[in-house]
Order: sequence, then C-alpha cells, then structure tokens
Amino acid sequence: MELSTQKLIHTFGALADLGQEIAGRGDFTEMVRTSMHLLLGTLALRRGAVAECADSELCAVASWGVVDEVFKDLSLSCEEKEELIGADISDFLISGSASSSAFVNRYRERFRQDGIELILPMIVRDEITGLVLLGKKASGEEFSPDDFETIRAMVRHIGVGIHTHRLLEQVAQRAEENRRLYEELRAIYRATVQAFAAAIDIKDKYTQGHSERVGRYSEIIARELGWSEDEVEGIQIAGYLHDVGKLVVDRDIINAPYNINAKESSELNRHPSAGYEILAPINHPYADIPLMAKYHHERLDGRGYPEGLRDEQIPLGAKIVSLADSFDAMTTDRPYRRRRSFEDVVRDLRENSGKQFDGKVVAAFARAMLKEVKGETKERRITKMLGKDYLQGENVATLLADLITDLTAVGSSAQSYK
Amino acid sequence: MDKPSSSLVRSHCVGTTAVVYASDYLNRLTGEKIERECRRQLNCGCRALVIDFSDTKLVNSIGISILLGIIDVAEKSGAKIAFSEVNSQTVQLFEMLGLTQHVVLAKDEHEALLTLSGFETTPIVH
Repeated sequence: MELSTQKLIHTFGALADLGQEIAGRGDFTEMVRTSMHLLLGTLALRRGAVAECADSELCAVASWGVVDEVFKDLSLSCEEKEELIGADISDFLISGSASSSAFVNRYRERFRQDGIELILPMIVRDEITGLVLLGKKASGEEFSPDDFETIRAMVRHIGVGIHTHRLLEQVAQRAEENRRLYEELRAIYRATVQAFAAAIDIKDKYTQGHSERVGRYSEIIARELGWSEDEVEGIQIAGYLHDVGKLVVDRDIINAPYNINAKESSELNRHPSAGYEILAPINHPYADIPLMAKYHHERLDGRGYPEGLRDEQIPLGAKIVSLADSFDAMTTDRPYRRRRSFEDVVRDLRENSGKQFDGKVVAAFARAMLKEVKGETKERRITKMLGKDYLQGENVATLLADLITDLTAVGSSAQSYK
Repeated sequence: MDKPSSSLVRSHCVGTTAVVYASDYLNRLTGEKIERECRRQLNCGCRALVIDFSDTKLVNSIGISILLGIIDVAEKSGAKIAFSEVNSQTVQLFEMLGLTQHVVLAKDEHEALLTLSGFETTPIVH
C-alpha cells in the first residue's frame, strides 16, 4: 500500500472515530480524553492536552505526557482570546519566531520546556471554549500544511463536542430546576386546595373535614383501581373541591338540609353546577376536576342531578367522588342523626350498587378497606378517618369479603375497569 | 508466569524486562491501563519493556497515542523498549508515523528479550 494511501486511511479512520465519540452521550471527561488520544494518534504526536476555558482560567480536562505544572495559573485574558481568534496558525507554533499572540509569548518558555510544540484555540461560534496543546511528531518531522489542516479539523470537532456537552449539561440542569419548581408549585397548589376545602367545610357547620376526607377516600379508591400517581393526585384534588359550589349557596340552606322547601332544595342542588363554573376557568394541573365536581351527585340509574346522566355518561372520576362523598356522609355524625353502623353502610352500598354507585368502584373501595382490616397495608388511613373502633367488629372482614364477591360476580374485574 | 494485574492487563517479568500484552485494550481509552502497567513495572525496577502484539490485529489512533505514552514513560526512565509479534500492516503504520525510531521491532517475545540488554534468565513475578 502506498504511504499516502495508508496515511489517508489512518486519518479518515480517526476522523470517523472522533465523530462517533463526539456524537455519543457518554461521560464528558472520557469523551474529551478519547478525542485527545485520537488527535495525538492520528499524527503520532508525542504528547498533548485539552484545556477548557472557564472565564479567563484554563483548566486541563485531559492530558497525555504533559506535566500538571504546565496548567498551573494558566490564564487567558479577553484580549488574548481576541488575538487567538484572529491569529494565523504560524502564531501558534511554540518553536517559531515571536508570535503575534501575547498569550503564546507569555507562556512560550513554559510550553517549550515540556515539549509542547503547537497550541490551538478551540473556537465555537467566535468564542474560545478552550485550548489544545500538542507535542512534537514522533517522526521528528515538522508539521506539514496537511498536518495543520488535519489538526484544525480535529480541534474544531473537539471544540464542538465540548461545547455541545456543556450545552446539554445546562439543558439538563435547567430541566431539573424546572422540575423542582414544578414540584414546588404543585405542593403550593395542593396546600391551597386543602385550605380551600377547609374553607368550604367551615360554611357547613355539620360537615367539618368532609371535603378533605372525600379527597382521601377518592385517592384510596383510585389507587386501588390502578390509576397512575398523577391521576390519583388529580382525583384527590377533585375530592377536596367537589363541594366548592356550596360557597354560592345560602348558609342557612346548607345548614338545614332536612328542613328546606322545594325552592331551597333546588338552590342546594345547584351546587355541583356552580362548582363546575367556579373550577372550569382554572388551569388545573390535573384533568377533569371541574367535571368530577359537576357530576358527583349523578346516579347510574339517571335519577341524579344536575343532568340526570346514566352509567356510561358519568365520568369514572365523578363516580369515585360520589361514592367517597356518600360514604363519608353515612359514616359521620350529623346533629340530626348518628352515623350508621358499618353493617348498615355495607348493606346500603350493596343495595345501591348499579343504581346510585358503580359496583366496580364500590368493590375497589371494599378491597382497600379489607386490606386495612386484614393488616395488609402499612398505613391505616381509612381506619384513622373512621375512628379506630369503627372497623373493629368481628364480622367486618366477612362483610367486606362478601360484598367484594357479590359485586365481582355481577361485573367484570374492577382492576381492569378504567 | 502470566499475571493479570489490577487493571486486567496481562504482563510478566523476565529478569529486569517486563513483557506487557497490548491485546485489544490498546485501541480504546482502557488502553491507558497498559501505560499504567508499564509505569508500574518500571517503578518496580524493570529496565526494559517488551510490548507484545500477538493478540492485537490492528492499531488505531488511540492505540498509537497510548504507545507513544509508553515510549515517553520508558525514555524518561532510561528504559529500552521493544515491540514483538507486530503484524506487517501495523509495522507499516509504525514506520509511517515514526514509532519505529523509538523502539526495536522483534519477531517474537523471545527475540525481543534477546535483543534488549539487561536480559536475565530467572523469571521474577511481581
């Protein structure tokens, strides 16, 4: 093989490897180090280094055969950067006559002592990202014009590689900052919603903590149904806000629900639609929260309000909130009645599954409760909301297991229902 | 006796000459381990190095750079260096790039050991 052909093959091989290395998404230091070796090996240069510019400081990212002292207090001023950008390649030769570059003249002796023969700036978009220091050729020959071209091309590649990696690092850093800010905003949003839920419940003196409990029950049911974390968070918010429409209903009507006339009843039943109107203009981080509030009094048999929707027309989220809402109403004391026994509540859920409630949603809630009763869950969240004695009865587990069996026999698996 | 060093580079000593196998590590960044192994051997008292290429089909630019680093380390230590079992294609490359000005090329490890001065017959394993 002719010498020139072999040299070309060797150079092209190195350029191809360099391109691959720079395009890769590997470790930054390894990328620079491998690129440096490719450059040194292409022309068989005895030693070399790649230094990165951090303001006016030059820091070695990779070096081979170059002593650390070369980089000690190595700096490059703005004026010197300007000079290097406009300089000719002959100005970068250490062994040449006086250079027009003040930087080269300033450090010439230091570089010469360590066998550095050539210094090239890495320029990307008219800015110096760093310097490449190169030693003499192993053959002892001077650099040829072809060598300079090869070196220039490879140094440009390395400069772009470093620049790209740094940009990607910045992008990743900003993405992380954005993620953190987003998490903070979500936390603030959740806290605000919780405070809002408390404000809603204060208006109704008999149902303090109701909205928060509905939010938690909804979350538990959705999780049991296999919803994603995002969706679970969303339905929890919907639970907190489901009664927000009560803010526009007269306080006297809210506080006397069993002692109101038809007109007042109609006013009270307006609260789901009013809630929708309040929530719809808000850009919630979760989907369908206004609809869940609007339809939480709909029933599968079409006898609910405000629109009398039937089964499939009712969003699943609204069915969950509806169950959570009714369950909390049945299991909390009111001034005009004591809370119902667990046995009575289970009977109500069984009888109203398929009429008022979706059987698959009820089954999911029952499964979640049964897991707590059997001690299969670490947290006992439902028990805490109901009070420690409420789920203590001997037959509680049996009641729940029977309910699950009955409801599962009626419909398909609740787990796949979504 | 062959000895896998901590860096998995295969090497052994014959007298004060260390024989280090280039293998395929040479053509990747991991090839720096070969240079470190040579440096280690020289620090342990070896006065000559044989780099064996019997398992190395080709040498790329990274390999050339690593080998120049080894040559540099050897020269700074005043140690002699020989390359053995280099195939003809790689010999051409070494000649073209000027590496042969700094090393002795030998047909095989035995010839390399004979060529290098300071040869001893008693193997010393580090």
